[in-house]
Amino acid sequence: MRVWAIFKKELRLYFTSPVAYVVFTIFLLIAGYFFYNIFAFFTLASMQSAMNPAMARDLNVTDGVMRPLFSNVSVILLLLMPLLTMRLFAEERRSGTIELLLTYPVRDGAVLLGKYAAALVLYASMLALTLLYPGIVAYFVRLEAGPLLTGYLGLVLMGATFIAVGVFASSLTENQIVASITTFGILLIFWILGWSADYAGGAAGKLLQHLSIIEHNESFARGVLDTKDIIYYVDFTVLALFLTLRSLETRRWKG
Amino acid sequence: MIEVQGLTKQYGPVTAIRDVSFRVEPGQVVGFLGPNGAGKSTTMRILSCFMPASGGSARVAGYDVLTQSMEVRRRIGYLPESVPLYTDLRVAPYLDFVAEVKGLARGERRRRVAEVMDRCLIGDVQNRLIGKLSKGYRQRVGLAQALVSDPEVLILDEPTIGLDPRQITEIRSLIKALAGRHTVILSTHILPEVSMVCSGGVVIINKGAIVAQGPIETLVEQFFPTARVEVEVIGPPAAVREMMRAIPGVVSVHDEAITNGAGRYVVESSRDRDIRAEISRLAAQQQWSLLELKRVGTTLEEVFIRIVAGEETTAEAGEDAAP
Ligand SMILES: Nc1ncnc2c1ncn2[C@@H]1O[C@H](COP(=O)(O)OP(=O)(O)O)[C@@H](O)[C@H]1O
Ligand SMILES: [Mg+2]
Repeated sequence: MRVWAIFKKELRLYFTSPVAYVVFTIFLLIAGYFFYNIFAFFTLASMQSAMNPAMARDLNVTDGVMRPLFSNVSVILLLLMPLLTMRLFAEERRSGTIELLLTYPVRDGAVLLGKYAAALVLYASMLALTLLYPGIVAYFVRLEAGPLLTGYLGLVLMGATFIAVGVFASSLTENQIVASITTFGILLIFWILGWSADYAGGAAGKLLQHLSIIEHNESFARGVLDTKDIIYYVDFTVLALFLTLRSLETRRWKG
Repeated sequence: MIEVQGLTKQYGPVTAIRDVSFRVEPGQVVGFLGPNGAGKSTTMRILSCFMPASGGSARVAGYDVLTQSMEVRRRIGYLPESVPLYTDLRVAPYLDFVAEVKGLARGERRRRVAEVMDRCLIGDVQNRLIGKLSKGYRQRVGLAQALVSDPEVLILDEPTIGLDPRQITEIRSLIKALAGRHTVILSTHILPEVSMVCSGGVVIINKGAIVAQGPIETLVEQFFPTARVEVEVIGPPAAVREMMRAIPGVVSVHDEAITNGAGRYVVESSRDRDIRAEISRLAAQQQWSLLELKRVGTTLEEVFIRIVAGEETTAEAGEDAAP
């Protein structure tokens, strides 16, 4: 299995450089801080409701806690994910190893798939580690499993899109920093598109809202699964991967 | 095994190679010789399916590099000029990765990796990071990754560049040993390397175009139809020149240097005659003191210099002629 060989090589390379470790550490620390805040919020809220039972009813966990949590985590991902994908093609190009890789009997698509899968698995394991936190919180207070699960699914889908964009940017240059900034730029543009949706209004506003990469994550955090959102992320990912293939092909012509 | 027909490659406005054609027969080691920038790497990148040509066609192991690239890639081992390796991987896992990508099954992979490490003398560094290896070891790891799938055809771009003399000798003997079992095309700009390694002849490229090809002896005879003898003798220069010129078969006599009586001459004669005996007899008769008398072999080096220099002089002459 040639995709498998490339996948294994990429994962191995991830753990030979400090980047993955640093990203993991920072992400886990920050995510931990967010969960700590939830825990603190719950402790405070439950103390208040013990004193004033009427308040307990107003305590909306999903809106008050989960949504800000997942939206905060999204911002961290926006900042960190470009660092996980910048190396994938840029470094092969800089060091010249791409010249060997692309003359082995593997299709460009298989190379891309192997690399994409490696980044995705890395990201998924990073997310999986944060499951520890809701685990701890759930030990002390009651957490709703539904919004938590859909929230995580939303993060996986959004992260998959981030990675696809990152792989694409990495295929455009031999400079990892440029790849990382390009990824961040593209993601940020799609992130802020939604902001102007309100002013634009009408059909244009609807379109902008639909294109916004963060808008589609909202419903997941609310515990709602909407196929429209899932399709958005899948489409975005497929398009970015398709463009990566085209970019690899054009780069071959230039040598 | 390798057939190149009218290959042309343009990098934007730069024409790197134009109308390149040559053949390499199975089991031969052929040298691809040319000065820097001649287009050697460009040709090899096309042969290895790294990039497509702008025109012409190339077949490797019977398959077209453009339309049947997967078939070609399955049958080649390629070593690019810069020897690009994953510096963060260790030698054995790296070779195992290459073997797996090249489609070898697990058991076979382990056997082949061990075999190829043995053959390239890198067994002692198999657990070291590639980035920490010396240039010589890296070159051998590069060769090992090309060989790991036991490919029919090997494409080696300047495999001895940047090595010290001992390492060069090692790599050369390694490549020499490949003849017969593999078809090898290796590029170089080091002339003696070709005569040492390339039993299958040479293809000479200059400024993107093939200028000569064939077995080395044939090329030498083609470019230097005469045999040459170098004579150092003390005697009156005019007489020496004239009398040597009169020996049957001699076509020309040049004097190289004349210093206080001793003259150094190069005598050219037809290849089928050895005129050394006659020269020494002549010297004895005339009572010249013969200091040195030796045959100078015309080498590939001289052929190459003549080709490359010849092209340059014509080009310059052309430029001078233009207003
Ligand atoms: N990627 C490239 N873009 C533009 N020009 C190139 C590129 N690669 C090589 N060239 C040009 O093509 C010519 C041939 O180069 P190359 O094939 O590397 O020669 P060699 O390997 O014989 O030294 C040179 O003039 C070189 O400058
Ligand atoms: Mg070169």
